[in-house]
Amino acid sequence: MLEPFLFAVFAVFALVGALGMLISRSPVASALWMVQTMLAVACLYITLHAGFLGVVQVLVYAGAIMVLFLFVIMLLNLEQMPRLASFSWRKGAAYLLGVAMLAQLLAVVAVRTGAATVTAASVDVEATSVREMGLALLTRHAFTLQIVGVLLLAATIGAVLLAKKRFV
Amino acid sequence: MDITWYLALSAILFTIGVLGVLLRRNVIVIFLSVELMLNAVNLSLVAFSQSFGHVDGQILVFFVMSVAAAEAAVGLAIVIALFRNSLSVNVDEFNLLRG
Repeated sequence: MLEPFLFAVFAVFALVGALGMLISRSPVASALWMVQTMLAVACLYITLHAGFLGVVQVLVYAGAIMVLFLFVIMLLNLEQMPRLASFSWRKGAAYLLGVAMLAQLLAVVAVRTGAATVTAASVDVEATSVREMGLALLTRHAFTLQIVGVLLLAATIGAVLLAKKRFV
Repeated sequence: MDITWYLALSAILFTIGVLGVLLRRNVIVIFLSVELMLNAVNLSLVAFSQSFGHVDGQILVFFVMSVAAAEAAVGLAIVIALFRNSLSVNVDEFNLLRG
C-alpha cells in the first residue's frame, strides 16, 4: 500500500526536476533542478530496496558531481539561454524525434515486461545488503573494480592537465 | 509493486534527457542532460535487478556511477579549456577539431 504512494511522490519529484532542468533559462537553475531529480532517483532506489545505491547516489551524484557542475557554471559566469518556446525547424524536428523515441520506449516496456514480471513474482525479493554487494564486487567483479580505479586515476590526471595548460 | 512503472518513468526521464541534448546549445546543459540519461538507465537497471532478485544489476549501476564521475571531471575540464580559448560555451561555435 505504501510503496505505490511513495513511488508516485518520488516519480513526480523526478519528472518535475527533469522538466525544470530542460526549461529553465539559467544554467545555475538547471543544475539545481537536476539536484532535485537526483535526490528523487535516490529515494526511488531506496523504495526498490537498494539502500546502498541510494546513499551512493546522494553522495556521488547529488553531492560531488553536481557541486563540480555548479562550480564550473559559476566560474564561467554564463549568460541566459534562449527560450524554448521560440519556434525553429530544428527544434520542431527535435520535439518530433523525442516524441517518437518516447513512444518507442513505452511500447517496448508495455509489450515486453509482461514476461519479466512472471519471474519477478516467483523470486522472493529482499533488501540487498551492503555485505552482498561487497562480496560480489570483491570476488566476481574484482578485476573490473581494479580497472575502474585506474580509470578514475586517469580521469583525475587528465582533468588536471586539461584545465591547467593553455589548450591550443 | 510491478516494475513496469519504474521502467516507464525511466523511459520518460531518458526522453527528457534526449530532448535536452537536442534542444539546448549550451554545452553544460547538454552535459547535465547526459547525466540525466545515465540516471534513467541506472533506474531501470536497479528495477530489473530487484525484479530478478539478482545483485549484478546493482553492481553495474555502481560501475556506471564511477564512469559518470570520471566523465564529468574530464568533460568539465574540456569545457573550461574551450571557454578559455573562445569565451563561449555554445556548441554551434565549435565546429573545428583544430582550435
